[in-house]
Amino acid sequence: MDVPRATEDAVRGPVTGTSTGDAAETPDQARERGFSLPADLGRWTAPLVSAILIVVLWQLLIVVARLQPFVLPPPMTVWTAFQGNITALVANAWVTLLETLAGFFLSIAIAVPLAILISTSAPLRNGIYPFLLLGQSVPKQAIAPLLLLWLGYGDGPKVVLAFLTAFFPIVVNTAIGLQMTPPEMLDLGRLLSASRWRLFAKVTFPAAMPYFFAGLKVAISLAIVGAVIGEFIGADRGLGQMIVVATANAQTPLAFAAILMLSFLGIALFGLICLAERIICPWYNKG
Amino acid sequence: MIELRAVSKVYPTRKKGAVTALTDLDLRVADGEFVTLVGPSGCGKSTVLKLVAGLLAPTTGQVLIDGRPVTGPRREMGFVFQTPVLLPWRTVRENVLLPIEMLGQPVGPVERRADDLLHQVGLADFRKAHPWELSGGMQQRVGICRALIHDPAVLLMDEPFAALDAMTREALGIELLRIWEEQRKIVLFVTHSIPEAVLLADRVVVMTSRPGRIAGIAEIDLPRPREIDQEYDDRFKNAARRIRRLVEGGGVDEGQRLDAVASSPSHVIRPPSLVGDGGAAGGRS
Repeated sequence: MDVPRATEDAVRGPVTGTSTGDAAETPDQARERGFSLPADLGRWTAPLVSAILIVVLWQLLIVVARLQPFVLPPPMTVWTAFQGNITALVANAWVTLLETLAGFFLSIAIAVPLAILISTSAPLRNGIYPFLLLGQSVPKQAIAPLLLLWLGYGDGPKVVLAFLTAFFPIVVNTAIGLQMTPPEMLDLGRLLSASRWRLFAKVTFPAAMPYFFAGLKVAISLAIVGAVIGEFIGADRGLGQMIVVATANAQTPLAFAAILMLSFLGIALFGLICLAERIICPWYNKG
Repeated sequence: MIELRAVSKVYPTRKKGAVTALTDLDLRVADGEFVTLVGPSGCGKSTVLKLVAGLLAPTTGQVLIDGRPVTGPRREMGFVFQTPVLLPWRTVRENVLLPIEMLGQPVGPVERRADDLLHQVGLADFRKAHPWELSGGMQQRVGICRALIHDPAVLLMDEPFAALDAMTREALGIELLRIWEEQRKIVLFVTHSIPEAVLLADRVVVMTSRPGRIAGIAEIDLPRPREIDQEYDDRFKNAARRIRRLVEGGGVDEGQRLDAVASSPSHVIRPPSLVGDGGAAGGRS
């Protein structure tokens, strides 16, 4: 066995360390390569450059079009408003965050079992999918006033709207992921008379995780949208309500500050999901 | 011993009606025998493996293992697929142990065997690596270990080296033979490659397509243990040439084809109707 191995290794040897040969690397080598300097530099500088560019264009637009601050406040004014109202912004962001997370986790709790049902039985799939699509085609804003009527001015309508908007991408992605089990694995399961549950737990479910997380990444942004729509329709707190009130009072810089806060919220939640994905399925995007 | 008796397999399809994948197939494989199946795409080679594994039921005819008809999936089968299909979230050793877990058996007592198998294919140092850290050839070695972990009586291999480069392919073939010499399982090995079929096999079953049937069976009398150098042996070349003619002569009428085969001095090729009647097939058990 030494002879054939040597042949193979001799062939592979020279390309080790290049992109085609990385399969033969040790884990350490792969790690080193992943943290090489130029790639990391680009990862941080590129977005920074675009951020500066956006701020410059923003300022330029105000100067060139002679816009009044209550129409479009300059970046520095927004930043000042952000700093000046940080306590209110954080308090309202906390409210919106809780509404968003409640809706988001509710949608996970319902979407995942539903996806399992859809993926395991064709009749269930045919029975459920059309109604999912039907539900998805209804604009969530359209039912927001009704939710207000049914659930009142409290957190209820916001949570439900966050749930409804986040729900669809999680169901669809998870259901697709659960159907991506390699057919060879299904054959292997049958050969070894593995129970459906065992096959599901050991192969099908873990294999679906990357799809599940892809769904979560889309869903989390949508959940924030849902919560904010809920706050637009009727609320006494939250970032959405803050934007409505600030705009009505011509406090445009404050409205922009709240929007800035919302985007921070969105980025943070998105980042947390990416982190969870890396911890739960570290194998994804490898090799 | 594996026996296929007058086996045919018809797949119903939506567009074209029924498609006959295999027809009138008779084959007998003795215990410890290494048999390769060659033939063009769509000749039903993979179907033969699935029939033997019990993953498919024959439309007519019977598949018997040790005299008993196959009625469903058989756990004494080890299956190596065309691609390794390793689970990326599991380490190499955990992948090898997967069949044990699927059987619902405790993994502990088998871990030693997993390590031994990995050692045999030169992957002892990669037990705790993940599949994405391995080359294609290494991954397929893991696939072979996984197929052998529950000590199956039969190893079914469906073009296992087709996705690998030629060098790796030969190396893996020789490694496979070495493992087989030790464990002496029945190996049914499907391939597109005639040299590979000849290098590995005791007998090469040549199949023709649409519908799949056996065109002839070539006995390979090259000495074992086999080495890659034997590919330059005249006996090897002759065998490969005969087999190529059989494959290419798929459309020629039966008599002509068998004439061409019979003229080979170095090995015996018999019409499929005679194959089931013992002879070399029974010799090894």
